[in-house]
Amino acid sequence: MDNKGLTKVDLIFESVDVRKVMTKAFEMTSEEIIQEILESGLKGRGGAGFPTGLKWKYTAAEKDPEKYIVCNADEGEPGTFKDREILDKVASKVYAGMAIAGKAMGARKGYIYLRGEYRFLLPQLFVELHKFHKMINEIGYDFSIEYRMGSGAYICGEESALFESIEGFRGEPRNKPPYPTVSGLFSKPTSINNVETLVTAVMIIEKGPQEYVKLGTKDSRGSKVFSISGDTPIPGIFELELGMTVQEFVNEFGDGDTKAVQVGGASGFCVPRKKFAETIIGFEGVPTGGSMKLFNSSRSMYNVLHNYLDFFTEESCGQCTPCRVGCQQLLKGVEKVKKGEAKSTYLNELVKLADTMKVASKCGLGQSVGNAFRSIVENFREEIIY
Amino acid sequence: MVTLKINDQEVKVAEGTTVLEAAKQLGVNIPTLCNHPDLCVAGNCRVCVVEQKGARTLIAACAMPVSEGMDIHTNSLKVRNARKHIVELLLSEHRADCTKCYKNQKCELQTLANEYSFGEHIFLDLVEDHAYNIDRSSPSFLKDDSKCIRCQRCVRTCAQLQHVSAIAVANKGAHMKISSFHDRPMSHVVCTNCGQCVNRCPTGALTEKTYIDQVWDAIYDPDKHVVVQTAPAVRVALGEDLGYDPGERVTGKMVTALRQLGFDSVLDTDFTADLTIIEEGTELLTRLKKVLVEKDKNTALPMFTSCSPGWIKFIEHKYPHMLPNLSTCKSPQQMFGALAKTFYAQKRNIDPAKIVSVSIMPCTAKKYEADRPEMRSSGYKDIDFVLTTRELAVMIKQAGIDFRTLEPARYDSIMGSSTGAAVIFGATGGVMEAALRTAYELVTGKPVPFTNLNITPVRGMEGVKEATVKIEGTTEEWRFLEGAELKVAIAHGLVNANKVAKAVSTGKASYHFIEIMACPGGCIGGGGQPIPTNVEIRKKRMEAIYSEDMHMDLRKSHENPEVVAIYKEFLEKPNGHKSHELLHTHYIERESY
Repeated sequence: MDNKGLTKVDLIFESVDVRKVMTKAFEMTSEEIIQEILESGLKGRGGAGFPTGLKWKYTAAEKDPEKYIVCNADEGEPGTFKDREILDKVASKVYAGMAIAGKAMGARKGYIYLRGEYRFLLPQLFVELHKFHKMINEIGYDFSIEYRMGSGAYICGEESALFESIEGFRGEPRNKPPYPTVSGLFSKPTSINNVETLVTAVMIIEKGPQEYVKLGTKDSRGSKVFSISGDTPIPGIFELELGMTVQEFVNEFGDGDTKAVQVGGASGFCVPRKKFAETIIGFEGVPTGGSMKLFNSSRSMYNVLHNYLDFFTEESCGQCTPCRVGCQQLLKGVEKVKKGEAKSTYLNELVKLADTMKVASKCGLGQSVGNAFRSIVENFREEIIY
Repeated sequence: MVTLKINDQEVKVAEGTTVLEAAKQLGVNIPTLCNHPDLCVAGNCRVCVVEQKGARTLIAACAMPVSEGMDIHTNSLKVRNARKHIVELLLSEHRADCTKCYKNQKCELQTLANEYSFGEHIFLDLVEDHAYNIDRSSPSFLKDDSKCIRCQRCVRTCAQLQHVSAIAVANKGAHMKISSFHDRPMSHVVCTNCGQCVNRCPTGALTEKTYIDQVWDAIYDPDKHVVVQTAPAVRVALGEDLGYDPGERVTGKMVTALRQLGFDSVLDTDFTADLTIIEEGTELLTRLKKVLVEKDKNTALPMFTSCSPGWIKFIEHKYPHMLPNLSTCKSPQQMFGALAKTFYAQKRNIDPAKIVSVSIMPCTAKKYEADRPEMRSSGYKDIDFVLTTRELAVMIKQAGIDFRTLEPARYDSIMGSSTGAAVIFGATGGVMEAALRTAYELVTGKPVPFTNLNITPVRGMEGVKEATVKIEGTTEEWRFLEGAELKVAIAHGLVNANKVAKAVSTGKASYHFIEIMACPGGCIGGGGQPIPTNVEIRKKRMEAIYSEDMHMDLRKSHENPEVVAIYKEFLEKPNGHKSHELLHTHYIERESY
């Protein structure tokens, strides 16, 4: 097992001379930037983990002269709050990341889609943005960024729903293909990256990919910012090297009575105590966009599950059948089982339904409802029934 | 060309073809719900999911373009299980009181349920979790959200085909629903009652407001004299609901059926269509004279046709400043209604209070039109009940009539004679063609200079059509039009109507006369026509309409002998005093919600 143990890292929040990094990147060719990101093995930090270099490469390959780089700052996954911190502390690195991505793929325009609840950050973000635009002007490079605000819908963090929202339509996911790299925002080739991904890219350009790959594992290169909450004496934001086991994580952050860790928020997986030692946090095990919730033995996993299902029932866009109706059925189903109005074997039907949602839903939201459902029902079945 | 395999059969299709279309070419049927050939792809019901080898998830066949080497299975166990789940999920949020439903046996969800969901339902009933109300506010249709499966066909129809967006998606998650501006009742929003959504709804969520029982009551009331009129587009579509292929002309059989149903007099909207041409043609020529000769600034040009009640409501909402451009002529249905309880009543010596006037229309907006308060020129409600083509088919079935074996018959008189010019009112461009056939001849004394009177430039399915007719050899009275080029435009489907209205409104287009029909294809594609209605079927109905025209002895409205007679006996002259009283109307500015 490629186990690295738990190591704290300081890359994301480290202060760097963004002008220097940008100048360096602007002197590189598009291919060189993309090559460095590919070599770093960086995967999207929003949770889905698509290789960032590939995304930029595909967008760069499109012939359309008009392209966009979009920063997904609609941080909505229950239990994640790291993008807020990044924007709060190192917004200039986010902007620099967008400019570098823009250079790599040939985009002159960037949009940041900011979670509606983060509106309070805007005044200081605008101050930073003004400085950034001035700096980029001085460097003599043509690139600009605009903010667009979300309005509280979780689904608008889904890339194509996010585009719809920016374009002024109802935030509903689109059919794919075409993928954003071919037809994204305003039907133009678009690369959409998470806040943290863009900052990580800045650090890769600054330090070089050879330095970066020293961190992490083969499948999960580098480090990651974690939002740690729940039953922990030290909740907060921690940047950790990827590759640790849940056990190592719990040893550091647990309260000594951890019975489960929900990795990746409502759309992620619930890891029970018996699997702590064998489960790696990363793409070879349980991936996460950063949300880590610890539950101790005082918590009812039925309540946890109910809460997640309630969330999805509310936050599904309602467009496709498996997600809209499936969420309601899962929620109502576990309620019935809990009350004893349905047989415990009804849970098996619900697991099958969750599997259908995973393969038949239109977007990542519906496809991932089954993650939490299956992992909680399978590992804490008795808590759901009794 | 792209080569792929579907159920182990190889197929070559053009790039951009969807998996669904490719499968169809192989004769492989993939079920669909949200998909409709007239509308953009939604991919939201997920009923059409199929398995693609190597893909992480199932794919929606309607939304997935083919790619080289694809290996698709449409009926694997994984697909069947998912599809069964999806159908069951839809059923769990659908009030499945099928035997009470107007769409019973015509419901696409019911058909799928037959194939995928029998025996015990897997899932819990969610209908009672929602407080559903039936919106009965529109005189044309009912909106029952408890039957809605959120496929958004109606939403796409309203936005994409009609540019109205009276209905849209509201809320999210479990509360997602199809709603109107601020949840207002359908009677209080920009809805034009065109019924295109009704025609495309796969379930009983949107259905026409039916008046079948009221009509039966009237027929069986010995005190009532029930007259029925049939619109031009009904005769080329009714057959579809009675077992015929699209494009079958069933005029004669329909007349016989109506008689057998017990109507006291079976008459033809075509008669008043011809009358409309005389009135509207005269109005156009008068407007032209006022503008060109008298330089009257208060006369509006171009003149828009006014036969389509959906279009009327659209312009009242969206372009109220152009209401003076609308012809003041009532639609043929309403001209008929006004005359039935005046002229017809006098001639037949029947107390108009005892006349019940029923019309069979390809349209749901006609139900609304009949309810407009202006439509009481006879002193009574001019039209009592409007039935759609679909409702007539239901009545024929209810009466146990074997439609196929019926002997064709002719319409009754008076108000039953017609010409080919009236028949073509049912297709886009038809009113224009009919008007040109008459107006040209009126002004020049010669027939329109087109082979067989077929003015082909105004025909066809193009969304906006334009034509120019040069007027030459005018008679003395119309000398001011000598050498003039009459510029006309035709639009069908409100999205196209909007284009033309906008161009006129912003001064970007200069026409004299514009025909507008609210529905795609004109009345043959009306909201009250048999389901399904789609581009192929509209084409067949349109061919049938023009074939009906060619089979008529008379093909110019002014040659209709009953039209000639009614001016002599009753109306005196076109646009005369009595005409204005009975055959013309006015319009209302409406808010745009």
